[in-house]
Amino acid sequence: MDHPIQTDYLRWIVLLPLLGAVWNGLLGAQLQKRLGKWVISLFACGPVVGSFLLSVAAFQDLLSREPEQRFLIDRVYPWITLATLNVDVAFWVDPLSAVMILVVTGIGGLIHIYSVGYMHDDRSFWRYFAFLNLFTFAMLMLVTADNLLLMFIGWEGVGLCSYALIGFWYHDHVNTRAGNKAFLVNRVGDFGFILGIFLIFWSLDHHGHATVTFREIQKFVSLLQGQEIWGIGVITLATLFLFLGATGKSAQIPLHVWLPDAMQGPTPVSALIHAATMVTAGVYMIVRLHFLYSLAPLTLHVVAFIGLATALGAATIALTQTDIKRVLAYSTISQLGYMFLGAGVAAYGAAIFHLMTHAFFKACLFLGSGSVIHAMGGEQDMRNMGGLRRHMPWTFLTFTVAVLAIAGTPLTAGFFSKDEILWQAFSSPHGTPLLWFFGVVGAGLTAFYMFRQLFLVFFGECRANHHVKEHLHESPAVMTLPLVVLAVGSIVAGWIGAPAAFAPMFGPNLFAAWLEPVVGGRHEAQGSATLEEILMVLSVSVAAAGVYLAYRMYFKRSLSPERFSSLANGRPYRLFFNKYYVDEFYQSVFVDGALKLARVGAWIDEHIIDFIVDGSAKTTAFVSWLNGLFDNYVIDGLVNAVADGTFWAGGKFRKVQTGNINSYLYVILGAVIVVIIVKLRYGS
Amino acid sequence: MTDHVLTYMTFFPVAGMVAVLLLPRERHDLIRWVSALFTVPPLLLAVWLFRNFDRANPGFQFIEKFDWIPAYNIQYFVGVDGISISMVLLTALLSFLCIFASWGIDKGVKGYFALFLLLDAGMMGVFVALDFFLFYIFWEVMLLPMYFLIGIWGGPRREYAAIKFFLYTLFGSVLMLLAILALYFTTEPHTFDMTQLIAQSDRYGTTPLPFWPFDQLRWGFQHVVWMALFIGFAIKIPAFPFHTWLPDAHVEAPTAISVILAGVLLKMGTYGILRINYSMFPEATGDLAFWFLGALGAWNIIYGALCAMAQKDLKKLVAYSSVSHMGYVMLGMATFTPHGINGAVLQMFNHGTITGMLFLMVGVIYDRAHHRDIEGFGGVAAIMPVYTGVSAFAIFASMGLPGLSGFISEVLVLLGAWQKYPVLSVLGASGVILTAGYLLWTVQRVFLGATNEKYKTMPEINGRELFTMIPLAVIILIVGVYPSVVLDLLSASLEQLNQAVIPHLG
Repeated sequence: MDHPIQTDYLRWIVLLPLLGAVWNGLLGAQLQKRLGKWVISLFACGPVVGSFLLSVAAFQDLLSREPEQRFLIDRVYPWITLATLNVDVAFWVDPLSAVMILVVTGIGGLIHIYSVGYMHDDRSFWRYFAFLNLFTFAMLMLVTADNLLLMFIGWEGVGLCSYALIGFWYHDHVNTRAGNKAFLVNRVGDFGFILGIFLIFWSLDHHGHATVTFREIQKFVSLLQGQEIWGIGVITLATLFLFLGATGKSAQIPLHVWLPDAMQGPTPVSALIHAATMVTAGVYMIVRLHFLYSLAPLTLHVVAFIGLATALGAATIALTQTDIKRVLAYSTISQLGYMFLGAGVAAYGAAIFHLMTHAFFKACLFLGSGSVIHAMGGEQDMRNMGGLRRHMPWTFLTFTVAVLAIAGTPLTAGFFSKDEILWQAFSSPHGTPLLWFFGVVGAGLTAFYMFRQLFLVFFGECRANHHVKEHLHESPAVMTLPLVVLAVGSIVAGWIGAPAAFAPMFGPNLFAAWLEPVVGGRHEAQGSATLEEILMVLSVSVAAAGVYLAYRMYFKRSLSPERFSSLANGRPYRLFFNKYYVDEFYQSVFVDGALKLARVGAWIDEHIIDFIVDGSAKTTAFVSWLNGLFDNYVIDGLVNAVADGTFWAGGKFRKVQTGNINSYLYVILGAVIVVIIVKLRYGS
Repeated sequence: MTDHVLTYMTFFPVAGMVAVLLLPRERHDLIRWVSALFTVPPLLLAVWLFRNFDRANPGFQFIEKFDWIPAYNIQYFVGVDGISISMVLLTALLSFLCIFASWGIDKGVKGYFALFLLLDAGMMGVFVALDFFLFYIFWEVMLLPMYFLIGIWGGPRREYAAIKFFLYTLFGSVLMLLAILALYFTTEPHTFDMTQLIAQSDRYGTTPLPFWPFDQLRWGFQHVVWMALFIGFAIKIPAFPFHTWLPDAHVEAPTAISVILAGVLLKMGTYGILRINYSMFPEATGDLAFWFLGALGAWNIIYGALCAMAQKDLKKLVAYSSVSHMGYVMLGMATFTPHGINGAVLQMFNHGTITGMLFLMVGVIYDRAHHRDIEGFGGVAAIMPVYTGVSAFAIFASMGLPGLSGFISEVLVLLGAWQKYPVLSVLGASGVILTAGYLLWTVQRVFLGATNEKYKTMPEINGRELFTMIPLAVIILIVGVYPSVVLDLLSASLEQLNQAVIPHLG
């Protein structure tokens, strides 16, 4: 770990999709018009496939080295250099980010190819791919950044692309509203994320080691132990702040509300962004910073609790939904909850393992549902589906495999990864049997609602109208081929992480060994192989019970769903169906509250501040008016009075000036006499 | 030529004004091109300045100094340092671009461009002047053309807006003038030379103040002068509660003038505080910065964002977003950390480019639809896709999207604030959520949704309009990806400024 291997090709893993995005973003409209959509597809899929090949190369590069030396870095340039803040644009690949880049470019590449078929009739084909490539770039940046701030570029960048793609069909405000909601809710999370970065930075600065680089933080993290702010340990507070960011990005309680609405976007987007990659960023972030989280037991408990609550809450909502994509959306939230449960009991490897297998089967499910929606002419309500297995054999087959995987059928990928999390929840030093128990309940619910979906969509009679029925068709190969690859992955991807009990069949747990240099060894409870196997059997039985119930209710139809929905006067059902009324609560408290405050602010400006401003102007004007009156009547009055008096006097005295010499002489004579008299009387 | 680079930059536009005045009034295109021509040399000199500015030197560079009115010890004294360099560059750039944004003016063309060039000279002068008297002259020179540009070429309520702008600023100017005179008579020998005023700053702490009862509290002359200057500058920023001239002035002003107003004029407020309050009164700054810059800045961020959210007029919304974004500048300045203060000055620069772009965006659609009612549009994205793309870029930059310039400055400010005032940092960071709220809501209402039939035939953004916006977009991107391009210019001088104040912090 101490001597990373310098390379200069990692940057291209990240930058190739950016080039595709810029190319199609700037020239796509013209290219599409002049040369057709195939050019766009080429420039969109090419870079992602290129990134994938480079990722494989990086993976092999790592593989060829000793486990403790598996660490490649590519420093591009110093990004921000200011006093103690030194942030490089640098990409690194260690075993953890290697898993992530393979998932992002591999599954991302498949979804790009699938999209060529799915989006073929869309006028804004080029815009779709520009954003899909931009997303891939941002996501790769997120998982290869060597520091928190660079990661944040990817973190918000994926949010931007998610926003743009949810509202891709922007003519309808239902879609744009969903996009806004996603971005805003994520901003709340980002707010926490950025504060977490600040806190880490300054807490380390306190010891003279200010940094945001992962490796440096890891090196100095022990210095932070015992340090406090506002009476809380800084590590605890920082990890909680960062976890707030994770709840936003990964749709966990309390910021889970955006993901179901995000299903308004094109279905491949739901598969790539809102199932396989972006929404797992929160899990990745926690595992990336596991050295911090491991030092904050309180935060770990919060993470585990939130994860479990989300897993159960979302699963109960999924039971009642009828939109094919919404079921999958809640299922995604629920599965992400399992990943956080794993991270929360410090089973970081297990969380990443589930992240990886989930990417396969959930992408497969979403793309399968896309294939169904495509065939049904845009229909998404499962109540209008049914019997599709006859019309769409490949879609049906792959969908079924993925359902088996997510339900935890033994030997599928989902079985191994979910049981690893449940086992760790039970046996890890941070776990308790209670966590395990509720996790198993959730697994049962998962099996139920997924099989409910399978039966409603593919079995029974087709409930669609005539028009739709006539057009039912299997999707083209460009769409079914990715489905097949993902379905195969939904099974075999789990084999590399099979526990010891399956060692004779699948060999040792390669996945845990691969991540060991990053997150440390898998926690093994003492002499517990048998216990692990017993718990495994238990959880599989609960899942099987869920499947059986779904089979009775939606296949055989021998058990009416009303028997459950009308329990306790239907109150629980309504609660689930209405998503616990969280949306309504947020709307009335936060959205309406902010708008109300906004109006108050505008009112203050208009009626108080401007009242004072205009008022002082008016007062001044009034005073100057008074001033004018004073001028007019008092001062000018005096002036005029003087003038008038002079004038009047002049009029009077004019009579004196007669022009008659005699009268002048009389006046002069009179005056002289007066002077003489005065002189004589008062002279002495 | 290079000996007088700043003088040339300041007075080229004046020469342009004279040239424009000599042209026949009906030759509109000639007037426009001549005006454009005279803004080119300052822009080229700005590029030269950028290349030759010594980034390691915290002091003044490219100094020019000679006696102007020796009887009162008034000098012609200009120079730049890290505090002003970015503003000088920004002014040269925006002046050039705004000539092209003014192309559509067809009433009183000659008068408009003549006044515009005078305004240009005044702005440049404010940022390069190092003599307080000269500074004040330029400050007032800039005010006058602005009054007429809003009052004659503005919208329907232009006279109200122009007078409001003028009175608000004049009120500030009077306070500033009093402060200048107070400083002049305090120094020995009496001087307006800023370097001297800074060098003698020890005096301000001990100067007695007549009729002042609070001497025993250590509050005296310097605090009063600080406040007088602060109010003068706060009006320009504009800081709450002196901000209400801004929305009116912006709404009524022609597009290019709004760009100048937001891009350059507002910066004079924060620039003045750094150049004068900070440099000359480090002690008073240490006492007062928390409340009047830090707390007030955080309040500006949130209050401006909330007011923006309530607006129905697109231009008013952008105007209030300025109130909010300038709050980051104030908050950053108040931190006295290298991150915060560099972030603040970078934010001044970034706000100039980003908000400039936003006002250009409003102008484009206003020229076509002849109204700015946010609710009155809808679906513009389908009619004008290129325009929508450019606008979205500006809007997301304003939102502080990482990878673009606004992110760097906001993060630096909040990072700096966290160390000194974590609560203010949290408040400021929450402003980012509100900003996303009102901007996204605007995008939705203006650009997205079903196409409004009324505007189906609206022409796409044209080459000239793109020419005014693209350079700004490029700068926003470059600074976001490689912020050192600006930060390197600033940091040496700002560090020196910080070090002057830090010993006086409570």
